[in-house]
Amino acid sequence: MKKIIELKDIKRDFVVGNEIVHALRGISFVIEEGEFVTIMGSSGSGKSTLLNTLGCLDTPTQGSYYLADASIRTMGRNDRATIRNHKIGFVFQSYNLLAKTTAVENVELPLMYNPNISASVRKRKAIEALTAVGLADRLYHKSNQMSGGQMQRVAIARALVNDPAVILADEATGNLDTRTSFEILVLFQKLHAMGRTIIFVTHNPEIAKYCGRTIKLRDGKVVSDTLNPAVLSAKETLASLPLPND
Amino acid sequence: MNLTNLLKIAFRALLNNKVRGFLTMLGIIIGVASVITMLAIGQGSKKSIQENISEMGTNLVMVMPGADMRGGVKQSRSVMETLKLTDYEALANETSYITAVSPVVNTSGQAIYGNENTPTTVYGGNEEYLYIKQLKVEDGEMFTDQDIRASAKVCLIGRTVVDNLFGEGANPVGKSIRFNKIPIRIIGVMEEKGYNSMGMDQDDYILMPYTSVQKRILAITHLESIYCSVVDESFTDEAIAEITDLLRRNHKIGLGDDDDFNIRSMQELSEMLTSTTDMLTVLLAAVAGISLLVGGIGIMNIMYVSVTERTREIGLRMSIGAKGRDILAQFLIESILISVTGGLLGVLLGVTATWILHAVTNFTTVIQPWSVILSFAVCTITGVFFGWYPARKASSLDPIEAIRFE
Repeated sequence: MKKIIELKDIKRDFVVGNEIVHALRGISFVIEEGEFVTIMGSSGSGKSTLLNTLGCLDTPTQGSYYLADASIRTMGRNDRATIRNHKIGFVFQSYNLLAKTTAVENVELPLMYNPNISASVRKRKAIEALTAVGLADRLYHKSNQMSGGQMQRVAIARALVNDPAVILADEATGNLDTRTSFEILVLFQKLHAMGRTIIFVTHNPEIAKYCGRTIKLRDGKVVSDTLNPAVLSAKETLASLPLPND
Repeated sequence: MNLTNLLKIAFRALLNNKVRGFLTMLGIIIGVASVITMLAIGQGSKKSIQENISEMGTNLVMVMPGADMRGGVKQSRSVMETLKLTDYEALANETSYITAVSPVVNTSGQAIYGNENTPTTVYGGNEEYLYIKQLKVEDGEMFTDQDIRASAKVCLIGRTVVDNLFGEGANPVGKSIRFNKIPIRIIGVMEEKGYNSMGMDQDDYILMPYTSVQKRILAITHLESIYCSVVDESFTDEAIAEITDLLRRNHKIGLGDDDDFNIRSMQELSEMLTSTTDMLTVLLAAVAGISLLVGGIGIMNIMYVSVTERTREIGLRMSIGAKGRDILAQFLIESILISVTGGLLGVLLGVTATWILHAVTNFTTVIQPWSVILSFAVCTITGVFFGWYPARKASSLDPIEAIRFE
């Protein structure tokens, strides 16, 4: 298996007033291609900082980080922007779609910042990605005409469209009701089955049951890194949920 | 990100906030329109003054006697006799910046025809007097060189004199009038010129050969002034220098002594009159320019609001790969779009307003291309300048914080 992510003794300090806050205190792990990992921790455990680091938005104070064999810590601001554009797909808790903009245009957005992709290719890829998340019939709906679950699907399509090395989901089901959350989880499991590498950052222990591996953080350190021997199927859980009867 | 996409984004951002975008633009529209209108009014009044002045003579330079001292007493200009016919001949033959020269003598008195009489002025000149003073003969003919040599008792008369002596619309060519008891035959009537900008009637005169005025009316041999026409207005200074040199030499004025003549050019008069309108134009343009500046500050304000409002969007764009310069370009183009659109509408409004002003008040207005280009350029620069800081702020946002901004 190919290493997608390799963290070696990552430390991240913030200076707040006169104090130094150690958000990450030496984190090391490797994520291989095709893994579906949850990163769990309560608030203050450093998971947001870790997510920012993994997403190349932030650079660690110390340690080394390789994403698809590229050393991120030594990169400048612009190079990191390019890496984000080519290798990472973000899914946020609050979708972050552009207002009054169609699904296709939202999904096209990452490709717009890639000068090597022509307008026609861009549109084709966006439609492919939207079809993959089951929104083939919502291509030209605007973001304010869609439900939360649909918006999150658009966001996932946007994360897929650049064919990234890793998808980073930050509490991607946090704003959704149980049923819709499972629908999204089904989608993630489907993408995983298609060979995508997914990192799901959450504080919800329930989600870990549907992933192959769980990394738990506490106080900026990894406290456990376990494989899940019995991954549940989100599809089955969804089927067993009581149907909304109102 | 390429320019087409940036423009699309900017258009969409504007369309998403139509009223706000338009109000912001309005500042620029009013600014540009007022700059154009004010400059058009200023240039227009300058033009009408210059037209009035040029009606008084083609690049006219007047040489007059002056500053003559007799026993320490400065003489009145009219009694001085320093300008002679030889000066006229010298100016006519030995200068290179002058195209036409006419000696001038004049006197006032009553012109009489039958039982009508009128006070008027008699000017004596040569054939070139017409060209220099931009006069035209309407009926009859100009006097000839022959008439000048013979000091013929012939004259051309202005329309006012015709009206006063013969009644309106009459044709007096061939008839004789009397001036200072001397009978003078009318050989032509001058074309009407109307009043000049200072309210003087330009048609109340009688034109005669200068020799006739000198010998038959005034009995003098000197000249009262010499009118010259300069090749081109831009050579006025050279012509004046040339005339000064020539006359000082001919009058044998020693180094350091004062001239015994005075040179007046229409350029001086024109400069004096237009300097007032120039100042007014600058003042008007400055006020209009300030409104343009205020418009620019409006853009800056709105762009700051827009950046704050769209912090999350900026965060998102950055997290999916937008570089700082992409964000900078996005907001800069948006502010340039506002100012350029505003500028175009402003040019339109300014030109329309100027046209309406001209149509309604009959003001002379001149829209000069440079004033349109200038105000348009200024408003584009305004867009860049006032858009820069908000765009800079947007591009230097931290994506981590921007994406979580509430």
